[in-house]
Amino acid sequence: MVSGTVFFQTTYFTDAAYIVAFSLLIYGMGGLTGPRTAVRGNKIAAVGMAIAVAATLLTPGVWHGTSTVILIIVGVVIGTAIGVPAALRVRMTAMPQMVAIFNGVGGGAVALIAWVEFRHHFEPGYFPLRTEIFELFGAIVGSVSFWGSNIAFGKLQEVLPGRPIKLPGSSQTFLNIGLFVVAVVSAVVLCAGVHSQALFILGILVASAALGNMVVLPIGGADMPVVISLLNAFTGLSAAATGVALNNTVMIVAGMIVGASGTILTNLMARAMNRSVPAIVAGGFGGAVAAPAAGGERAGGAVRSTSPADVAIQLAYARQVVIAPGYGMAVAQAQHAVRELERALESRGVVVKYAIHPVAGRMPGHMNVLLAEADVPYDLLREMDDINPEFSRTDVTLVIGANDVTNPAAKNEPGSPIYGMPILEVDKSASVIVLKRSMASGFAGIDNPLFYDPKTAMLFGDAKASVAEITAEVQAL
Amino acid sequence: MGTTFVIDLSVLVLAGFVGYSVISKVPNTLHTPLMSGTNAIHGVVVLGGLLLMHVASGWLEHVLLVVAVAFGTINVIGGFLVTDRMLGMFKGREPAKGSEPAKASEPAKGSEPAPTSKDDRK
Repeated sequence: MVSGTVFFQTTYFTDAAYIVAFSLLIYGMGGLTGPRTAVRGNKIAAVGMAIAVAATLLTPGVWHGTSTVILIIVGVVIGTAIGVPAALRVRMTAMPQMVAIFNGVGGGAVALIAWVEFRHHFEPGYFPLRTEIFELFGAIVGSVSFWGSNIAFGKLQEVLPGRPIKLPGSSQTFLNIGLFVVAVVSAVVLCAGVHSQALFILGILVASAALGNMVVLPIGGADMPVVISLLNAFTGLSAAATGVALNNTVMIVAGMIVGASGTILTNLMARAMNRSVPAIVAGGFGGAVAAPAAGGERAGGAVRSTSPADVAIQLAYARQVVIAPGYGMAVAQAQHAVRELERALESRGVVVKYAIHPVAGRMPGHMNVLLAEADVPYDLLREMDDINPEFSRTDVTLVIGANDVTNPAAKNEPGSPIYGMPILEVDKSASVIVLKRSMASGFAGIDNPLFYDPKTAMLFGDAKASVAEITAEVQAL
Repeated sequence: MGTTFVIDLSVLVLAGFVGYSVISKVPNTLHTPLMSGTNAIHGVVVLGGLLLMHVASGWLEHVLLVVAVAFGTINVIGGFLVTDRMLGMFKGREPAKGSEPAKASEPAKGSEPAPTSKDDRK
């Protein structure tokens, strides 16, 4: 091959290019601190990644042999052929699934790379122990992430039922611990350098695959924001571990950025649900919980239902209207209809704001993206802590497909399973209109006293159709 | 080898702190683009596939690596593209000609609809 003295093919060049690459990645991600700088930041990060790939391809030996060249091209072409159309076509309502499957794909790549490393460097003592440990960490965490993400994708895409699927009692926990032990023991045995290595590599991959399935299957739909964030962190950390094993600084830095991001989001989401991450991973929340006091608590009164015409009058003559969207808005694809309503109200001089709960929807920031797609300016969207003091000054709050995040039981009923969870205090506004398909309870399976509040009116039906009818009535006034 | 490992570990730890402080500043509004952006960034594992391709032997290892490279490419290209698309949708309230819509809505706010609202609701 080409002699190593060509500057582009020295390790100095690769190292220097890697430093430029990871600096651009960090700088680019820093752009995400504001919507104005974010587009540019994303592009800068992409340039960083391109430099990392180019420098890697220029590393001596990488192009050794024609089959290598062909195989690399085949891999890149397949990846491009799948990735580009997916990215260009995906609807914003399907973003949670997209992010889940992308997490999985990354974790899968890490696991495959670790597998090849181990198969290839079969001879005991080829790898120093410390490198093996990182490689095995990558293999286990990467494949947990791969399989877990696939299950999360299945649930979000509604290929699998969204409710928790779980073994009875604590047997699920024991099974998960057992699988984890099998994976770790196989890893330890491998490090000790046994002869039947293939068997133990398979043991790691199978056990962590089963673990990934078992951990995500019992988790209910409403806990998805936490799970997706957690899997994101896993993929990042496994990539960083593989980076250490391969002595590749860009992989380490990029992996750790993703690991940090996933960890931050996981904590934010868990805090917004007032639940610990281990409790969520243990699963089974929602659906299975038999709403304990469901019958007794309804003393507050009957549910009052209303019509689009009445809602339109109420909204049109209000000074301030707050819209609190939830997953129901995503399911009904109602974001554009909601934007129309907002415009109709604004043209009548009504102040309209949106109240966004951190865990509304199925992933961090889900509502923000949907409303951005519908051209809602981001400065109309208010975070929970900013909007809560405003509800007392609000004439009408329109709850669209949100349930648990508005449930006053989280504040008032110490016995409630969601007691302590921070909520949007919609019950403080002068009147509340809830758009809902039926009286079914939310994912937590808990009755919502908000619906029985005398100042609440329910408008049953498909959110998109209901909002469109209200808009038509407002415009006709 | 020993010192390389120590350097790698140092980079790992420092990158963790840098990542934490950079990402902590990302507002809730941008959490979905953040997740899809990090999807693109963990696509960096494609480098592992590229680096190992020439040392692999046998069809199994080659197939595994081709899949790994394909997966990594999906992440990198798909992730950056979808993030770009998504971020393009985030718009403020027309900062340049912000005065015009503001003027349009402000007189309306103060004038008739607001007072009449009280009467109509009663």
